[in-house]
Amino acid sequence: MNNNYNFAFLDEGSKREIRRCTLKAVAIPGYQVPFGSRELPIGRGWGTGGIQLTLSLIGPNDVLKVIDQGSDESVNAVNIKKFVGLCTDVETTNNTTEATLIQTRHRIPEIPLKDGQILVFQVPIPEPLRIVEAREEVTKKMHAEKDYAPLWLQLYESLVKYQKVTIASEYPCMVEDRYMTNPSPIPKFDNPKLHNAECLYLFGAGREKKIYAIPPHTKVVSLAFDDVPFERESFAGKTCRLCKSNNTYLDEMFDAQTGEKVYQCSDTSYCKEVAAHA
Amino acid sequence: MLETPVLSVKDLVVRYGEACPKCAESLEKNRCSVCGCVWAANNLSLEVYPGEVLGIVGESGSGKTTLMRTLYFDIAPTAGSAVLHDYKDASQSIWEASTAEQRMIKNNIMGMVYQNPVMGLRMNYSAASNIAEKIIAAGSRNAAQMTARATELLEAVEILTSRMSEAPKNFSGGMQQRVQISKALANNPSLLLLDEVTTGLDLSVQAKVLDLIRKIKAQYGISILLVSHDLAVIRMLADRTIVMLDGKIVESGLTDQILEDPQHAYTQQLVHSLI
Repeated sequence: MNNNYNFAFLDEGSKREIRRCTLKAVAIPGYQVPFGSRELPIGRGWGTGGIQLTLSLIGPNDVLKVIDQGSDESVNAVNIKKFVGLCTDVETTNNTTEATLIQTRHRIPEIPLKDGQILVFQVPIPEPLRIVEAREEVTKKMHAEKDYAPLWLQLYESLVKYQKVTIASEYPCMVEDRYMTNPSPIPKFDNPKLHNAECLYLFGAGREKKIYAIPPHTKVVSLAFDDVPFERESFAGKTCRLCKSNNTYLDEMFDAQTGEKVYQCSDTSYCKEVAAHA
Repeated sequence: MLETPVLSVKDLVVRYGEACPKCAESLEKNRCSVCGCVWAANNLSLEVYPGEVLGIVGESGSGKTTLMRTLYFDIAPTAGSAVLHDYKDASQSIWEASTAEQRMIKNNIMGMVYQNPVMGLRMNYSAASNIAEKIIAAGSRNAAQMTARATELLEAVEILTSRMSEAPKNFSGGMQQRVQISKALANNPSLLLLDEVTTGLDLSVQAKVLDLIRKIKAQYGISILLVSHDLAVIRMLADRTIVMLDGKIVESGLTDQILEDPQHAYTQQLVHSLI
């Protein structure tokens, strides 16, 4: 551990302020709580919201896992793990079940998370209404008045133009029948995992200075018309080339040698575990 | 008329800019020569009855559009009240309603067609979505019903349903106005506000839009507040007419009476210059 810095890099006052905002976010599921986003040794927009949540919550006994688009070994994940490790000395893992604190970019692990686990999302654009309204002042009023008609219109427009809903990620969802929420750019495949989960989901947007949360056992409903139900991406007929799973979110890859498209689990630790037990 | 009015506006004042103590005696037309503020609507009172078309005529800058936009909540009034029969049985002014209630009034009770379609339509969204916007805002979450209603309304305004997935930015001015009209009708409003709907359109397209309004009046029995500076349009559609000048109503009465026997000097000038 590098003793030139406070435990978990941020000073205790900063961590406390972030935790207070986190508590408020947990108390009002889906509501975006403004917070004083701190300077970090990485640029804003590179996961600083998630890192600040992780740093403010982590304790010496926590076990940390960091994934980037499902992968434990990508540059972003490895560097964040290294950084948090340097200033906390906490144990890190690739095993989803062992981890108490998981920081993620763009995925929710395939293994259902349990009570006591926290999943921290790195969020680039926390505002689900941003695609329909550029002004923050207006989106705040729209949330206050629960005026989400423009988002429904966006959905309808996609049905008119393409006869299907074309939103693939950042699929908006209604949290506890009150706040429309952007579940960060997870694929819509992961949206159902947000509903009635056992774990705590925390979302941090460092550049936009917002924290929001989906606490355990919260009702989360993805936006859908009465007669056009919400649908996840379908991987029917495709299996992971490594573990042969057919019920996971698959990445499409191109095999240069054979010239064929191949599929592989996006969640690398899940894939390895399944392959090991096969 | 003994019927209860659909809309009743009382002592409406809309002022642009801060007033000064000398405004009352320093108005040149509708602008205060001391402080420069503009009294766009100055103590306007009017009533619209069920099924009637009330025409509003007046020169540019007389306050016609200000009146319409204030009724549609685009502009906040300085003073006055307006009650709608369909909103709390006319017991509360619509301008005292909460934002959510105002949205409900805009979507369920009133429909507005702006002079400039850019103000009334989402130019990058399809024609069907423009109509669905109103239906969604009124609470419907059934896509098939929205499509059916959009089809019905676009057929009614003679726009090919094969073009319903196209954006109005690709339509002609007359078509854009007709999409606006169908959007305004989406939730069967009891009051339609038409602000210079034929201005800028060529004569054949104007005739089509006017025919359409006449058809809507006959078919749906909606009350219409029709703003125009074209007396021919007023003669063709309006049952009663009010004449505005410098933010004030200078004359009102049955349309034929106004056009055949104008009393106010401005109305006489208007009638004689155009007919």
